[in-house]
Amino acid sequence: MEQQVERIFETRELNVNMGPQHPATHGVLRLVLDIDGETIVKVTPYVGYLHRGIEKLGESLTYFQALPLTDRMDYIASMSNNIGYCVAVEKLFDIEPPERAKFIRTIVGEMSRISNHLLWLATHALDIGAMTVFLYCFREREWILELFEKICGARLTVTYPRIGGVKNDVSQEFLDSLYKFTEEFPSRILEYETLIDQNRIWLKRTIGIGVISAEEAINWGLTGPTLRGSGVAYDIRKHMPYDAYDKVDFEVPVGIEGDTYDRYRCRMLEFRQSNNIIRQCIEKLPPGPVMADAPKFTLHPKDAMFPVTHPTKEHAFYIDEKVCKGCGMCLRACPAKAIFGEKKKPHKIKQELCLSCANCYVTCKFKSLKIVPGGKGLSDEKLAELAKAPLSEEIKKATEHLVEHFNFVKKGARAPEGELYVATEVPKGELGFYFVSDGSGKPYRMRLRSPSFIHAGALPRLCVGHLVADVIANIGTIDLVLGECDR
Amino acid sequence: MAVRLIKMVPIHKGLEPTEIAEKIKETFPDDVVEITNFRDQVSVIVKKDRILKICRYLHDEPALCFDHLQDLCGVDYHGKKEPRFEVVYNLYSIRYRHKIRVRAQVTADDPSIKTVTSIWAGADWHERECFDMFGIVFKEHPDLRRILLPEDWEGHPLRKDYPLKGPELEKDWPGFVEVLNRSKELEEFVWKG
Repeated sequence: MEQQVERIFETRELNVNMGPQHPATHGVLRLVLDIDGETIVKVTPYVGYLHRGIEKLGESLTYFQALPLTDRMDYIASMSNNIGYCVAVEKLFDIEPPERAKFIRTIVGEMSRISNHLLWLATHALDIGAMTVFLYCFREREWILELFEKICGARLTVTYPRIGGVKNDVSQEFLDSLYKFTEEFPSRILEYETLIDQNRIWLKRTIGIGVISAEEAINWGLTGPTLRGSGVAYDIRKHMPYDAYDKVDFEVPVGIEGDTYDRYRCRMLEFRQSNNIIRQCIEKLPPGPVMADAPKFTLHPKDAMFPVTHPTKEHAFYIDEKVCKGCGMCLRACPAKAIFGEKKKPHKIKQELCLSCANCYVTCKFKSLKIVPGGKGLSDEKLAELAKAPLSEEIKKATEHLVEHFNFVKKGARAPEGELYVATEVPKGELGFYFVSDGSGKPYRMRLRSPSFIHAGALPRLCVGHLVADVIANIGTIDLVLGECDR
Repeated sequence: MAVRLIKMVPIHKGLEPTEIAEKIKETFPDDVVEITNFRDQVSVIVKKDRILKICRYLHDEPALCFDHLQDLCGVDYHGKKEPRFEVVYNLYSIRYRHKIRVRAQVTADDPSIKTVTSIWAGADWHERECFDMFGIVFKEHPDLRRILLPEDWEGHPLRKDYPLKGPELEKDWPGFVEVLNRSKELEEFVWKG
């Protein structure tokens, strides 16, 4: 009888699967939990459900083309990813963006930090059981996304920073509405804090959960607020300043205990610091261009090619029969199919079909095409006569720009041979780009060091010994985004 | 529970990267193959045999104290360089604020190297990813499995001889043919400049 009772109450470890389709795993994270009663004995994370091979794709694209891939990584704070990529490539190309662009980047980077932390706080609180915070946070996040829309037309995947600067200048209207936001936002932070900061359930669920000491946190490779919660003041904005972070005054909040509550407090204080940085940047914003003057590495502004590409300027193109070898390159490039002719014989242009788009001009290897300003609608004999006249300086320059532009888009800007690793501080931690360049227009190897990946690796360390419900708190506290983790 | 706000002032500058490279060369004269410098970033190319000792030295030496492993990844120089692979360690010292890059050469015949998980616990997933993408085996790793790709995946995608696009997409996935046909139907609406 006694033996039977013992067998009935025998405890054994249970194997529980959590995810990948679980609302609290912030995406497609699968955890296999070994539990003894309610206590976690072992955690095995499985990632890779969102793997898109961005590193492999990056090797097949030019530096300029790979930029939009980066905001598909951490889609919560895509602006920071773009900035990280641009800073790394600029260092590789050795170009310096203008001051104004640096300040604008700092502004949008901090905006994305606020929007990321807002989403983090919303979901983290929702996971633990505070529903109202979710609604409050999304109210402000919507405000920031609207500001993003104002600045570049996109809300989530922005691709606003470019290699060598930013895409377009910001308007005064945008700066005014952003300044209004920074005036309003500190009172909103207080609103969240009244809800949870001293809330008994919140304190019970976060204090003493997922404790990690400073040495261990560094050893596990944790970065960002997750590391700073343990008391290590490692912030790349201070350690290796990029953009305008060395020109603004801000502080780095660090925790003491290294538990979930301290990490929460760190992020709440980062809200205020980011808000402060944005205000300083708006006040200090210098005038000037927003794109570096480096014609080999950045796109020309459109008006530089305007005299040639604009349809109302009425340029005609004429093929010099003596030079044309009949290779057929222009024939294939022409969108209007205005060029005809047999192979290895000089081609001709049907002037009534020609759109004056200059596609044939940039593709011709033998420079057999001539631009005839104001020659639209004239006969071939007259064009041949006019083509002999020298071109004006303005058009000469514009055609040079056009050819440079074509080569830049088609072949990519050539990076010098070498390798470098550049890290930037994104809301989640340290985002590193490691490039190996072989001197061509595409990176030989593009490596992305994403903070979420490392943080997910440290999940077992944080969870073991706690209860099953605390797994949720631990996933929340490391601020996981699986798009960035799996790349 | 209280969180401090601290103002950071650089206290000590640490060593110049070239000095660190010289130090490594002094301590391990037989292992260092080459020292390169690009944009003030110095990398030390070493043989793989004593990589664990070199990393242990970099981590434990009081004057160096590389406590933070920023990144660990593989690079494939297929047809470009011999030996074919390299495992790259990007190291940073949070205390002294200096950094160095160590590159260990790995041959194609024996793609294996010793693990550094005993020094930096964070290297665990980095090494698993490197194994997944390049097929470099990390000896004595506690749990060397594929990480981003499924367990039954064939090949190692980031190797240079691995194709970017599948050869027979039409056969594997009939939906692709449908998409192709549909795109042909809609071709007349494509914007042509």
